[in-house]
Amino acid sequence: MSGMKPDPHRIVISTLIVLTIAGLAALPAQAADWRASGFGALESRFFLHDNAPPASHRANQSLVVQPEFFTEWNDRRDSFTFVPFLRVDEHDGERTHFDIRELTWLHAARDWELRAGIRKVFWGVTESRHLVDVINQTDLVENIDGEDKLGQPMLNLALIRDWGTVDFFVLPGFRERTFPGRDGRLRSVPRVEGGRARYESGAGRNQVDLAARWSHYIGNWDIGVSHFHGTSREPRFELDLSDPRDIVLVPVYEKIDQSGLDIQYTRGSWLWKLEAIRRSGQGEDFSAAVGGFEYTYYGVFDTAVDLGVLAEYQYDGRGSALATPFDDDLFTGFRLNLNDAQSTAMLLGCISDLESTARFCSVEASRRLGSSWVLSLEARIFSEPPENDPLFSLRRDDYLQLELAFHF
Amino acid sequence: MRKLLLTLPLLSLLPLDAPAETPTEKGLVIAVEADARDQGWGDSRADMNMILRNQQGETSERELRVRTLEVDGDGDKSLIIFDHPADVAGTAFLSYTHAVEPDDQWLYLPALKRVKRIASANKSGPFMGSEFAFEDLSSQEVEKYAYEWLRDEDLDGEACFVVERIPQYEHSGYTRQVAWIDKAHYRPRKVEFYDRKGAHLKTLTFHEYHEYLDQYWRAHRMEMVNHQNGKSTTLTWGGYAFRNGFTERDFDRNTLKRVR
Repeated sequence: MSGMKPDPHRIVISTLIVLTIAGLAALPAQAADWRASGFGALESRFFLHDNAPPASHRANQSLVVQPEFFTEWNDRRDSFTFVPFLRVDEHDGERTHFDIRELTWLHAARDWELRAGIRKVFWGVTESRHLVDVINQTDLVENIDGEDKLGQPMLNLALIRDWGTVDFFVLPGFRERTFPGRDGRLRSVPRVEGGRARYESGAGRNQVDLAARWSHYIGNWDIGVSHFHGTSREPRFELDLSDPRDIVLVPVYEKIDQSGLDIQYTRGSWLWKLEAIRRSGQGEDFSAAVGGFEYTYYGVFDTAVDLGVLAEYQYDGRGSALATPFDDDLFTGFRLNLNDAQSTAMLLGCISDLESTARFCSVEASRRLGSSWVLSLEARIFSEPPENDPLFSLRRDDYLQLELAFHF
Repeated sequence: MRKLLLTLPLLSLLPLDAPAETPTEKGLVIAVEADARDQGWGDSRADMNMILRNQQGETSERELRVRTLEVDGDGDKSLIIFDHPADVAGTAFLSYTHAVEPDDQWLYLPALKRVKRIASANKSGPFMGSEFAFEDLSSQEVEKYAYEWLRDEDLDGEACFVVERIPQYEHSGYTRQVAWIDKAHYRPRKVEFYDRKGAHLKTLTFHEYHEYLDQYWRAHRMEMVNHQNGKSTTLTWGGYAFRNGFTERDFDRNTLKRVR
């Protein structure tokens, strides 16, 4: 009889599908002027140290493609976007994955905008950690920096007023975080077995989540205030000892309420940034914050080069040391922009734990070759994390990565 | 009678037609007139193509679209959408320019779906790796400079005022500019830029002027030559359309996020 129960998840998903189709139906045939763009890339990672088998490889090759199809009609008031994504990885079966990053119909009116479908939304201002950004699940196998996200089904209404924009979100269809598989590097020990994920909500992945955000700018201030009610994108982990020969961590997705605040003050060469959250639902309520500045020297030494200096302090009030590596840490970094025809840029930064010797450093650099190719370099170094630090598992995973991307 | 005889010689000392302006006043009058002649166009859209050339003659190309909204009593609002090269396609730049106060600027990064407020101090930085600085492409308000008329001079057979402009806003990369403004339509024909050390840095020339709405002149080609690094940029404009019915809403952060 369970099939007879009204299922809110199904209702919302159906509504989404109906709305997306309605949007497409409104697409006049003559307006079907599709624009295709996107990129494909070959990525090579070189790990600096050996690791225990089975994830013992030192080199890893990987291919990624992400085309984008776009059309607009009704004097640009309606548009449709489709962005599929595919990665094929040499060693890690979990990293070989497909996703729909975007499949959205958008209607923009004078004082409101409606979006239906699968999308990505970004909230926040800081560079070293994205605390208030809770709408999309992290596609962790893509990159440990957490900036890659899985497409999230949603219905999003934005009301545009003189006093700011209010966004309402209905989020059906929970996306589970991706984790490296048995054969993948950059994984925790024990590894995370995503297939055994547990949910606090009886509806499991079919829980419908809600969120709202007000954002505005007043003079030099850009402000966002948000609230999220639903299943946490960030899981807790529990040890699963059911098979003593294969002890794994199991993600536990709990229902949370999270209020967020993000502020940026921009003046002259200074950007001052703050993100803060208060979360309940994962054990004791806790707060977390990240705040700091970015100062840019424009045209250093009478050249066209811009040099930015960044510093952010990270605080996390969670009791468990294993919950996050960023509980009392300082991020410092440099951003270099050559402002040349090849758009050469580099970001170098380290996050240092103020309570231990743990330090995580990274370099990201990129340069355009010709008009369609971009060569990117990435390096990540994990130095001396103590055993109780979540980064301890990654201590042998220092790597250098080269990526050559073709954009079209 | 006696009284009248006394006043007559005094009257003759007062100029009746051309007022004896100081060079500063004359420079300002020219700038005010040029500004007045370019008011009332409402809004515009145009396609911009840039060709960047280095010392070796190698080129690279940029394509972008520019939408502008005229704002009464303040600088214009503009939205720039990048189309080429492909790796920056979809990036958009929103700018609320102000006469002397710093501009408000936001950048939309499509890969991250992130809107970033960016620092207003980057006026002197190169725009997209070109020889144009952000301040060269910003809306030209009268209050941005202190003026001084230097001389009248023909440029390519066209009678021009030569006016020195000294930036009054913060973070300019220039100590001064020298502009050739034609007397016929008060259009800029050439601008020389002098760097922070006072050395001649760049020269900008305007070509292929077209008249829109029977009164607004737009150069369809601009050539910027950097004398210090030997690089140059050709900026070509096309597809100009005025009075498209744009509103403030077409220049807000919500539009920035979805504009393509």
